[in-house]
Amino acid sequence: MSDAVLRVDQVSKKFRKGQLHDSLRDLIPALIRNALRPRRPGGELGDREFWALRDVTFETQRGEALGIIGRNGAGKSTMLKLLAGIMKPTSGVIHVGGRLSALIELGAGFHPDLTGRENVYLNGSILGMKREDIRRNFDAIVDFSGLTEFIDTPVKRYSSGMFARLGFAVAAHLEPEILVVDEVLSVGDYLFQRKSLDKMRDIARGGASVIFVSHNLPAVTELCSRCVLLEAGRVHAAGPTGEVVRDYINAFSIAAAQASETMPAYVSRFVMRGAAGENVRFSSGETVRFDVEVTARQHVESFAVSIGMADERQYVVFSTSTERLGAPAYTMDPGDRISVTFEMDLHLAPGAYYLGIALHRYNVQKDYGQFAVGTLFIHADVDVRGVVNLVPRLVPAGAPFA
Amino acid sequence: MIADRLRALAAHREILFMITWREVVVKYKQSLMGFLWAILMPLVIVGAGILVRGGFAYLAHQPLRADDIAAVTLKSVPWAFAVASIRFATNSLSSNANLVTRIYVPREIFPLSAIGSQLVDFGMAAVPLIIVLAIAGVGVSVQLLWVPLILVILVLLVAALGIVLSAGSLFFRDVKYLVEVMLTFAIFVTPVLYDVDTFARWKTWLMLNPIAPLLEGLTAAVIHHRPPDLPWLAYSAGFTLVALLSAFAVFAKLEPRFAESV
Repeated sequence: MSDAVLRVDQVSKKFRKGQLHDSLRDLIPALIRNALRPRRPGGELGDREFWALRDVTFETQRGEALGIIGRNGAGKSTMLKLLAGIMKPTSGVIHVGGRLSALIELGAGFHPDLTGRENVYLNGSILGMKREDIRRNFDAIVDFSGLTEFIDTPVKRYSSGMFARLGFAVAAHLEPEILVVDEVLSVGDYLFQRKSLDKMRDIARGGASVIFVSHNLPAVTELCSRCVLLEAGRVHAAGPTGEVVRDYINAFSIAAAQASETMPAYVSRFVMRGAAGENVRFSSGETVRFDVEVTARQHVESFAVSIGMADERQYVVFSTSTERLGAPAYTMDPGDRISVTFEMDLHLAPGAYYLGIALHRYNVQKDYGQFAVGTLFIHADVDVRGVVNLVPRLVPAGAPFA
Repeated sequence: MIADRLRALAAHREILFMITWREVVVKYKQSLMGFLWAILMPLVIVGAGILVRGGFAYLAHQPLRADDIAAVTLKSVPWAFAVASIRFATNSLSSNANLVTRIYVPREIFPLSAIGSQLVDFGMAAVPLIIVLAIAGVGVSVQLLWVPLILVILVLLVAALGIVLSAGSLFFRDVKYLVEVMLTFAIFVTPVLYDVDTFARWKTWLMLNPIAPLLEGLTAAVIHHRPPDLPWLAYSAGFTLVALLSAFAVFAKLEPRFAESV
């Protein structure tokens, strides 16, 4: 692939657990020990060493936004520091084909005693901008941060949100060819996060590559078309964001539900699919089907399957059940399986929604069990916020209804 | 290798400038106190010098000469610069830990900017120094042309030490304390308060300290209007060159491990 601007080739990184000798008193015995011990080749682990990353390979194209996801400790931060050049890989090569800017911390190098204005210049040049570029973009930066009236105040008087806004405003004007972004967006309020995501999308649309390292799945699905899932230092999955994120989520939920053996019945299979096939990423208003398979361990009678959705704040935004949709009650014996398919139109606002399945007794209020079965991600062409998409549009005043 | 480092530094010179500027601005924000900091250390040294010189003169049953006071005053400023530079440079990587772990720049920038900000203090202190020397009537001669050369060697020597010590103190906390002890006692083995000629027999030993020929050279050129002791000056210059090359080599070797060790 000739268009790759960044290629990570068989990269590994070894770390040492526990204390490094950091005083001369510890060093001298350590040196003697090392001199006596036979030399170990680079591909093997010594005692107390471990691989933070092992044979990681991926690449990104011009104008592409690539997500790197994974659990805590999967190696995301190490990957980020290697990409940024802050650390060197133990083995393997990273080819960087363009001007790379890494945003690991907003407002890196900000000094509390300096004013916002002074810090913009300082931070800008630390991030690699020429002073001339900063001067040219200065008004735009201040404008973007929304801190015009505080720009000559020392940043030690800023709130943490203001600090982050100013930091991001500088970063947003970097004009890099490759932008590597950490979890920096988790600071700041909702509007700030939206604005930051929009800006990153603009950067990618402008032809630069964005690499977004995060465990904020909604943000990743919204921004990135492709994803790399790291698990214990290795690439566990890579490909279109929808598929990779589905792998990531499924690894948790179904397995967890099946493991809880005390339930009289459980959800043994759950699939989300659109017209194009199995997916977790849907556009607002799209028609989807949820296939639910329930397996009984004991005799259960007169129960209904209900499905619910909660938003990121765990607020239930929607629920229904086979009972409320007019289906008869189910009765099952041990080992029986039944399948139910719900079809619905997802008139939801962009964001992530958690799906839950509950099995409950028809006429008495008895629960057979509740299962978190997955997460779906909604994107929309129109910028609506909240939980529902009411399909808004502007019409001329006084125009008749279409 | 070293050429690569220098090229990388040259490419990042704006960052070097901005971090130096940050150090200076933060210090001079309260401008009066900032300026006092710049001349405080030299003033203390001059005070100590008058005491020591007075003591020598008393023991030798000779009057305290104006030349001697002028010499101490002259040497106090570069000496204060050297001490403060080494101290700040040694701590520069640890005190910028959050930049070292989050941004990639050639890390020599941190000790160098610490020295750069001290250079601004040096310039500040040089103004009253020149006035004092002018009032004391040391006069002007063609020998003053040696001064810039000597100062360049001094700055490069301090840079070499600062670069090595900053890396060292990142890996070994004790380096910081060792440096403090050395800097405290260095004034006894460096001809600041006295001239090496006072210790005729031990002159050679004292001059082996690479800063000594520089300070003596300054005194010779400015106060006595004669050229510095050239073989010794060449020794300092050679020492500086070797130190600088080794400093860059050591730093380049250790740098990949910085982010993991801060």
